[in-house]
Amino acid sequence: MKRLSWFNATSLTLGLAFLYLPMVILVIYSFNAGKLVTVWAGFSTKWYGSLFQNEAFMNAAWVTLKVGFISSCLATILGTMAAIVIVRAGRFPGRTLFSGMIYAPLVMPEVITGLSLLLLFIAIGMDRGVLTIILAHTTFSMCYVSVVVSSRLVAFDESLEEAALDLGCTPFDAFKSVTLPIIAPAVISGWLLAFTLSLDDLVIASFTSGPSSTTLPIKIFSAVRLGVSPEINALSTIMIGIVAFGVITVSLTSKRAITRAKREEQKAFADA
Amino acid sequence: MTESASTGTDFEPWNDPKAVPLIQFKNVTKRFGDFTAIDNLTLDIYAREFYALLGPSGCGKTTIMRMLAGFETATEGTISLSGQDMAPVPPNKRAINMMFQSYALFPHLNVWDNIAFGLKRSSMAKDQIAARVEEMLRLTQLEKFARRKPHQISGGQRQRVALARSLAKAPKLLLLDEPLGALDKKLRQETQFELVDIQEKTGTTFVIVTHDQEEAMTVASRVAVMDHGKVVQVDTPANIYEAPNSVYVADFIGDINIIEGYATPISDTMVSVDFAEGQPKIHTSCPTGLTAPQRISFAIRPEKLLISTEKPTESANILSGKVVDIAYLGNISTYHVKLASGQMIKAQSANTRRIRRRAITWEDDVWISFTDTAGMVLTT
Ligand SMILES: Nc1ncnc2c1ncn2[C@@H]1O[C@H](COP(=O)(O)OP(=O)(O)OP(=O)(O)O)[C@@H](O)[C@H]1O
Ligand SMILES: [Mg+2]
Repeated sequence: MKRLSWFNATSLTLGLAFLYLPMVILVIYSFNAGKLVTVWAGFSTKWYGSLFQNEAFMNAAWVTLKVGFISSCLATILGTMAAIVIVRAGRFPGRTLFSGMIYAPLVMPEVITGLSLLLLFIAIGMDRGVLTIILAHTTFSMCYVSVVVSSRLVAFDESLEEAALDLGCTPFDAFKSVTLPIIAPAVISGWLLAFTLSLDDLVIASFTSGPSSTTLPIKIFSAVRLGVSPEINALSTIMIGIVAFGVITVSLTSKRAITRAKREEQKAFADA
Repeated sequence: MTESASTGTDFEPWNDPKAVPLIQFKNVTKRFGDFTAIDNLTLDIYAREFYALLGPSGCGKTTIMRMLAGFETATEGTISLSGQDMAPVPPNKRAINMMFQSYALFPHLNVWDNIAFGLKRSSMAKDQIAARVEEMLRLTQLEKFARRKPHQISGGQRQRVALARSLAKAPKLLLLDEPLGALDKKLRQETQFELVDIQEKTGTTFVIVTHDQEEAMTVASRVAVMDHGKVVQVDTPANIYEAPNSVYVADFIGDINIIEGYATPISDTMVSVDFAEGQPKIHTSCPTGLTAPQRISFAIRPEKLLISTEKPTESANILSGKVVDIAYLGNISTYHVKLASGQMIKAQSANTRRIRRRAITWEDDVWISFTDTAGMVLTT
């Protein structure tokens, strides 16, 4: 391995510190025995205990996960369908307008998206709750999915689908058994992106949530306004842990899948 | 010439007025934007034919295939299969399989699953599918590669997978877009033989695109020579070779000498061609006859010319010249002879002995002779 020059080593340290120092401080203080966030009073895990006793936080976490999962699934389906239309349908009247409209939420200020959704829900007399957050999150994250999927679809060789049709597939079967498996990595990244966006969203959720359906970001934000409590540090530490766990698992399994594929390849060659 | 056209077989439905074509193109035009890829095409393909499309790159061969398979719709005209207009029938409802020029193998499936893909979508039983796939693997010599993905095999192997996949369903009509281009000569000949064999067994109709004239000549029942979206001539391989209807076809198929000249009729079927100052006139037959003197192209294949160092005593046409180049091609040699009037003539002779002291070499003065039926008079 090449040794780092002092310049590279310094930039690396500074960069990492810049990124992770705040989180490290947060993690350390989540184990603080004292109630004051800025004064170290010895090691303790009591805030974790009290966090799990805190029903409001637990409810919020559950709502967040539910909303994230359902909305990202919906967004993936809708976003993929939109991507297919944009890439495949060729020219039809209003195509440019349509594709522009799909990408508009990418640049639309969240406040406006949230406000307009709120107005819509009020206008149609829909009670705000989990369902409205799910709908709102689906709306704004589907355009991210469709950007990711359509960039993959553009590079997709359409003669593969033609070959499938030629061999007797219906158009839907051709999509399911040829196109989808090939673009699957893009669809999965689209889903992950939508899920993360949903977990993370504060603005749109605040507009569209009801009294019984607070998400974690809203909960944390409102709690912090009353003063940062060590409980929130503990909660954030858990979230960091979950995300880190997720990222590491995904990269490990994909690495393992690659190794397995390599081994199978070698076996296939050995058989030949 | 007509004799050689019907070598061996009597399979000539195109000469039978009662025969009904399997495929009919009626005044088909295909435009991409304002570019005309297929220009008012009319052709008939009969069941059990081995129909070869030949033509330069970009002349519209793949477009014809894609219209037959249902991936492109004709801008004008109708395409019918067994008398039924195909326009409203989607690709998956056509009893047609196509081998794509780009192979279009499914990258996420291994060779075995690629070949089984179409079978799994038919009503075939599982064990029959397995048997059929094994049969196809054997046919294309791919048994060893059954578990590999398309990106793990060579170009020629991929081509064979594509061929096997299109053959697997034993369709009524099989469209092969350059099916054998990436194969070495031996494997190509074996596969050609297999294709002909398959056709005899299953009665499949083949439409095949090829750049290899020899291939078209050996396997095809008829050859369609194309130019810029038009079919210039459709005929048996022998007739295409021996009786091309235009300079374009003559020049496209095989090696040929084209000599421009001025032809004067001397009888109903004979003309004399004046092609250069100081050269004797060429006496040649012209079965269709000429009504008046006119400019023509006289075409003659190199192998129809006799080359000798001594002046032949009796031949309808005798020309003299100097050898400027010799191309040794193994079984034959081609002599490039320059006439006194400047024309270059290619003459071929077989190398019958293994190590023959070449009687004729560079800078030799030679005589070229040919009979009055060896060449052709082409007016277009
Ligand atoms: N989708 C398309 N849009 C525009 N032009 C096209 C399209 N498909 C084909 N063409 C044009 O139509 C012409 C005929 O194409 P085609 O693919 O049929 O040629 P080909 O005879 O198969 O050539 P090759 O021997 O190189 O495969 C070409 O000039 C090509 O550029
Ligand atoms: Mg082509």
